[in-house]
Amino acid sequence: MLSFFLRRLVIAIPTILLISVFVFALQKILPGDPLLVLAGEERDPVVLEFLREKYRLNDPLPVQYMTWIGNALSGDLGTSFRTNQPVTELIGQKLPVTIQLAMMSLIFAVVIGIPAGIMSAYRKGTVTDYIANIVALSGLSIPNFWLGIMLILLVSVKWQLLPASGYVPLTEDFWLSIKTMLMPAFVLGTALAATLMRHTRSAMLGVLTSDYVRTARAKGLSERKVVLKHAFRNALTPIVTLTALLFGELIAGAVLTEQIFTIPGFGKLVVDAVFNRDYAVVQGIVLVTAVGFIVMNLLADMAYFLLNPRLRSA
Amino acid sequence: MAAADRNVAKTPPAMDLPQPENRVWKKFRSHKSAMLGVILVVFFIGLALLAPIMPIPDPSATDWGAIRKAPSAAHWMGTDDLGRDVMSRMIWGAQASLLAGVISVAIAMAVGVPLGIVAGYFGGWADAVISRCTEALLAAPFLILAIALAAFLGPSLTNAMIAIGISATPLFIRLTRGQVLNVKVEDYVDSARAIGLPTRLILSRYILPNVLPPILVQATLTIATAIIAEASLSFLGLGQQPPAPSWGSMLNTAKNFLNQAPWMALWPGISIFFVVLGFNLLGDGLRDALDPREH
Repeated sequence: MLSFFLRRLVIAIPTILLISVFVFALQKILPGDPLLVLAGEERDPVVLEFLREKYRLNDPLPVQYMTWIGNALSGDLGTSFRTNQPVTELIGQKLPVTIQLAMMSLIFAVVIGIPAGIMSAYRKGTVTDYIANIVALSGLSIPNFWLGIMLILLVSVKWQLLPASGYVPLTEDFWLSIKTMLMPAFVLGTALAATLMRHTRSAMLGVLTSDYVRTARAKGLSERKVVLKHAFRNALTPIVTLTALLFGELIAGAVLTEQIFTIPGFGKLVVDAVFNRDYAVVQGIVLVTAVGFIVMNLLADMAYFLLNPRLRSA
Repeated sequence: MAAADRNVAKTPPAMDLPQPENRVWKKFRSHKSAMLGVILVVFFIGLALLAPIMPIPDPSATDWGAIRKAPSAAHWMGTDDLGRDVMSRMIWGAQASLLAGVISVAIAMAVGVPLGIVAGYFGGWADAVISRCTEALLAAPFLILAIALAAFLGPSLTNAMIAIGISATPLFIRLTRGQVLNVKVEDYVDSARAIGLPTRLILSRYILPNVLPPILVQATLTIATAIIAEASLSFLGLGQQPPAPSWGSMLNTAKNFLNQAPWMALWPGISIFFVVLGFNLLGDGLRDALDPREH
């Protein structure tokens, strides 16, 4: 099992390197000189030259790349052109906010998506199944930033139940923090719930017709036990893997959700960096999310093994 | 070569069986939710095409005497912060959304399908290079990649389409490659090779038509994703630029007037929802209809 993970890890390395090349190339290929932003209105050639030296932009491209990736490996993703803060520090500050949002959304997604998927597979072809599918497809089709706007309109503006925006750190005031994050988490969670429901449904459909489920029924086990213990445990493997792949959706969803609810997280950092033409921050974020995605995939593989005893001996 | 063309059946022969096209069409026709999808998609295409000749006000015409007016007989969906007619902007917005959806997917297919065929059919180092790059691109979340690209390219509807198209390309490369791997070991491909057909013809006549159905399903579903992506980019200010109408940018403005003019936020969102739902239903229906396993 260990050797399997080592092998997966080794395969992940060239992928990460390739991403870093893309991210680096992105800035080099595309038009627009970020230094012009820095140099100010006059664009004094002396200042430009000084900045070019400072950011080592006169080196040949491969050397620039090696310097950049070398620094990145030691945790230095450069400094923000805007705030002069190290990019790593910026990301470190914003990440916990987004992780809280992501975790709370995942809870919503799992609590709604998995039971709905199980029900819909168990009652395949019935009204329950039909409704669950329509709701899920609608969940996939609603732009979640619009759902956020509508909820603010109803819950915050009309009924004044929850705050419309902002962020309170968990350590400052636990309940207020949860309360403020409730609506954004719900908005992000429903989109994921729809995907999760569809995955759960198809995984359960595959399992419910299998021999061991028939055997479990024949043994006289209660339906509850058959469905939850025998069928669902086996369906869980693909569900877990696919949930790890939702990481990308989660991050992308966070960008918009944080924008609507003005949450100072990772997603808002991306958008602000994009508008400030803060290229170092954009590069850093793309690199970090891509690496995060690969790590999630590795974790999913690991979970795959842990959930499926048959693979453990292999 | 002309003789060879006539002698080789286009698809694997199916003598007495009903034509596969008919079966697919029949199955698709009986698929209720797919038909609902067709109706929704056709409705929005109609809106987009007929926008110039409909008796509606100019979507960019401001009216300082009618700022943020609630829906009325004169303005069925109300007016926005500059006194523009929301319904007219919503109808014209269909153009931006559909164009963005269709063109970005066309870009993704134009790049992704040939690369996928090359990777799948020829294998070897071409496959290794293409596959590694695809994996690397797939590791960056779709919207983050699109946002980063749109930011570097500069905000405009065209650039948003390019950014979304590039972000969706790896999906098509991976899907096409997988399909080609399945098809290229089929007997009819072997026979085509055995009679000495040039690779170009094998690819265009035997491989492409047989890998196309799942790609079309993916394309339909990706149009849905691309429309949401365009709305998201426009919402963030990275897509269609004002004053040109787009559902995403309408929502961006509407967000600032939730208290005073909630109707501004309602219609663009509903439009996005229904057009995306339409493409999703259509894609799901196509997938079921093209799946040879279920009858």
